[in-house]
Amino acid sequence: MEKNINFTLRVWRQRGPKAKGAFESYEMKDIPTDTSFLEMLDILNEQLINDGQEPVVYDHDCREGICGMCSLYINGRPHGPKGGVTTCQVYMRSFNSGDTITVEPWRSAGFPIIRDLMVDRGAFDKIIQAGGYIDVNTGGVPDANNIIIPKEIAEKSMDAASCVGCGACVAACKNGSAMLFVSAKLSQLNLLPQGKAEASRRAKAMVSKMDELGFGNCTNTRACEAECPKEITISNIARLNRDFIKAKLKD
Amino acid sequence: MTKINSKIPQGPLAEKWTNYKAKQRLVNPANKRRLDIIVVGTGLAGASAAASLGELGFNVLNFCIQDSPRRAHSIAAQGGINAAKNYQNDGDSVYRLFYDTIKGGDYRAREANVYRLAEVSNAIIDQCVAQGVPFAREYGGTLANRSFGGAQVSRTFYARGQTGQQLLLGAYSALSRQIAKGTVKLYTRHEMLDVVLVDGRARGIIARDLITGKLKRFAAHAVVVGTGGYANAFFLSTNAMESNGSVAIQCYKKGALFANPCFAQIHPTCIPVHGDKQSKLTLMSESLRNDGRIWVPKKKEDAEALQKGTKKANDIPDEDRDFYLERRYPAFGNLVPRDVASRAAKERCDAGFGVNNTGLAVYLDFKYAIDRLGKDVVTDRYGNLFDMYEEITAEDPYTTPMMIFPALHYTMGGLWVDYELMTNIPGLFAIGEANFSDHGANRLGASALMQGLADGYFILPYTIQNYLADQIQVPRISTDLKEFEEAEKALMDKMKKIKAVQGKHSVDYIHKQLGHVMWDFVGMARTKESLEKAIVELEKVAKDFWSNVRVPGEVNDLNIELEKALRLADFIDVGILMAYDALNRKESCGGHFREEYQTPEGEALRDDEEFNYVACWKYTGEGSAPEMIKEPLNYEFVEVETRDYKS
Repeated sequence: MEKNINFTLRVWRQRGPKAKGAFESYEMKDIPTDTSFLEMLDILNEQLINDGQEPVVYDHDCREGICGMCSLYINGRPHGPKGGVTTCQVYMRSFNSGDTITVEPWRSAGFPIIRDLMVDRGAFDKIIQAGGYIDVNTGGVPDANNIIIPKEIAEKSMDAASCVGCGACVAACKNGSAMLFVSAKLSQLNLLPQGKAEASRRAKAMVSKMDELGFGNCTNTRACEAECPKEITISNIARLNRDFIKAKLKD
Repeated sequence: MTKINSKIPQGPLAEKWTNYKAKQRLVNPANKRRLDIIVVGTGLAGASAAASLGELGFNVLNFCIQDSPRRAHSIAAQGGINAAKNYQNDGDSVYRLFYDTIKGGDYRAREANVYRLAEVSNAIIDQCVAQGVPFAREYGGTLANRSFGGAQVSRTFYARGQTGQQLLLGAYSALSRQIAKGTVKLYTRHEMLDVVLVDGRARGIIARDLITGKLKRFAAHAVVVGTGGYANAFFLSTNAMESNGSVAIQCYKKGALFANPCFAQIHPTCIPVHGDKQSKLTLMSESLRNDGRIWVPKKKEDAEALQKGTKKANDIPDEDRDFYLERRYPAFGNLVPRDVASRAAKERCDAGFGVNNTGLAVYLDFKYAIDRLGKDVVTDRYGNLFDMYEEITAEDPYTTPMMIFPALHYTMGGLWVDYELMTNIPGLFAIGEANFSDHGANRLGASALMQGLADGYFILPYTIQNYLADQIQVPRISTDLKEFEEAEKALMDKMKKIKAVQGKHSVDYIHKQLGHVMWDFVGMARTKESLEKAIVELEKVAKDFWSNVRVPGEVNDLNIELEKALRLADFIDVGILMAYDALNRKESCGGHFREEYQTPEGEALRDDEEFNYVACWKYTGEGSAPEMIKEPLNYEFVEVETRDYKS
């Protein structure tokens, strides 16, 4: 049987991108351990509304770990204490009575704060728009089985494609680098025969957009890999570097 | 009097779409650049439509409620997408996919629409592969398939348990390519709040910028809504938190017909409800039914022991387990359609055989699959789903059977559209789950993805031109027109009215009340009495909302409670409409089960004499009962039969 716990919640509150933010503390009582972390924040918001205050703003949507909308540092770790999950999949059974739980937004130059725990991740869309696609119109494509792809390649491509675009990799990186995100999309497409024709162009376009948007460099600390909720590996970054160097050598 | 013309082309079933395309009007490239199209939504339907229309050269404005198009709830679809490729040589064909879909929908969908859906299904798979969607493959490199409920062939293509994600990312990449080319302008964190009609045609929308809280006007020659379904009227559903039925209600209140609102799908394999703090329900993919066996104990005393926690699933020997789907439906077994599987679970739990502390759960057991295939194969097929289950429940499905129970998942009903996917308002189109068109009274698994992408990639880009061909002389529409001004003012007044209530309950508090009424009286088993009570109770919820809701913050600012309040007001209207429709439909079919109408064995009893029609509901004003208009369903090609999954 699940039990209830009491703890202190420290939440970052900030009115707007330019406003000065600060931690607010809230005492949480009788929280069932089978509620999810976001349901616990719902309980807090219900209390705040009942007390005539404004609720804590945070991004969330599918609540099943796939949309990539939820973010949050929980006790200093992107997506909380457990590896391989998003914030919406963290359950209160991971915490104990008497804990102090600190909640912050993603902190990175690439992701400005909008309000409280909500940040602007529009830069990720811009990177995809720079080249994260195969140049093909609707219609006029070959029969799907005309493109034979060995299972092993398809699986590797799928590993990379499972990125949810949450931004934990950037948030975890001391340089605010988006290399894991960029390399995951590049690997997915560049591994496949359909994606090979534009592999070089794609690598150059996405990397230069990433640089332009103010994301930092990769220094191989592997923090991104450790915090990625989809366990995307930095071998994708190695593949990106190879593709990028090859592309530059051709220039 | 509203006229209904479904515009189904003449001719044999298999030639209708070909004939339509041969004769429809098109718009030449120079004129396309001068025509603006608003596409609301960036899920499978919206993103694929916006991308394809942009490729054709139209000037597209695309709206997204989240921070990125990639978040749309299509992303959460797990199991797969159907197509009639017959790659497995197991007897599949366009006709068979069409037939299975019509039958699965319990003969309440249009033949012509469903046949077209089956016809374009193959092109979707080709398109997705060309975009780089990493579907599952055999060692030889060809595409793999699996089977799904309601079919006896393996026609489902999949990408692990993340098929919706991969298809959506494919559509998102095509959309991103058009955004880069400038043919599509994307507005993220914008929510459509009304459709604007000028001289009876859809000419634009009012949207709220969710960051600044400001209302904005957007004009176009046509408006396409791909805004999904309204299952969150039940508060607890498998839909995402921001999924809502507001756009459908906005269009309905401007005169668009709302078709078959009571056809809602209850998905059989969701994680059971725990506690009252829960915010949503999590689906476990239907694909699990391929290898998992569903059971409850045969003996009441075992069930009681499980409910008390004095016995565990593994304490019940095989001979004391009732594999009730295999028992009742020998031909389809655990792979019966969703509505049949859901009702069978409810029947066992109502009879007292539920297996958890609430008595509202059945087992989905992989022991037999692990014995037969080995743990590695099971992990390969379902590993990520098992991990997800364990995260939520803290139980290991490799050693303990999963517990599942039905939950609200999808709505087959939606905005009425003709064969061209246009509502009865000229220039207003509805695609994907937002329309009612293809699934009848029940949707088969792996068919939502198929329909969303069919509409967006291969149907709307054709049919919308037949409308726009008339519009090439129409100059760009101005947002200074009085119709825009009036719509904006009405919205501002509505938001101020909500804000001014200053009541004692949060939006979620009232939404939960709504959910209880919907589940208890408009849920899996409905009766005349329950539905009449629902209408009374829903009006009480509406009154409670308008007198007791509390929305902090300002109207002209980022305000998450105001967003939810606006959606809740519309969910209440959706609920009332569902109750009216369910009350009117005195038969059981698909997801709509009226207890009065069932066979002695407890199967759904349709009434084809009286109810073989689409119920189209027309708005008649605040507080007045909606008016129902019938679109008769004429089955010309398929013999309408009782659905039989037994033999």
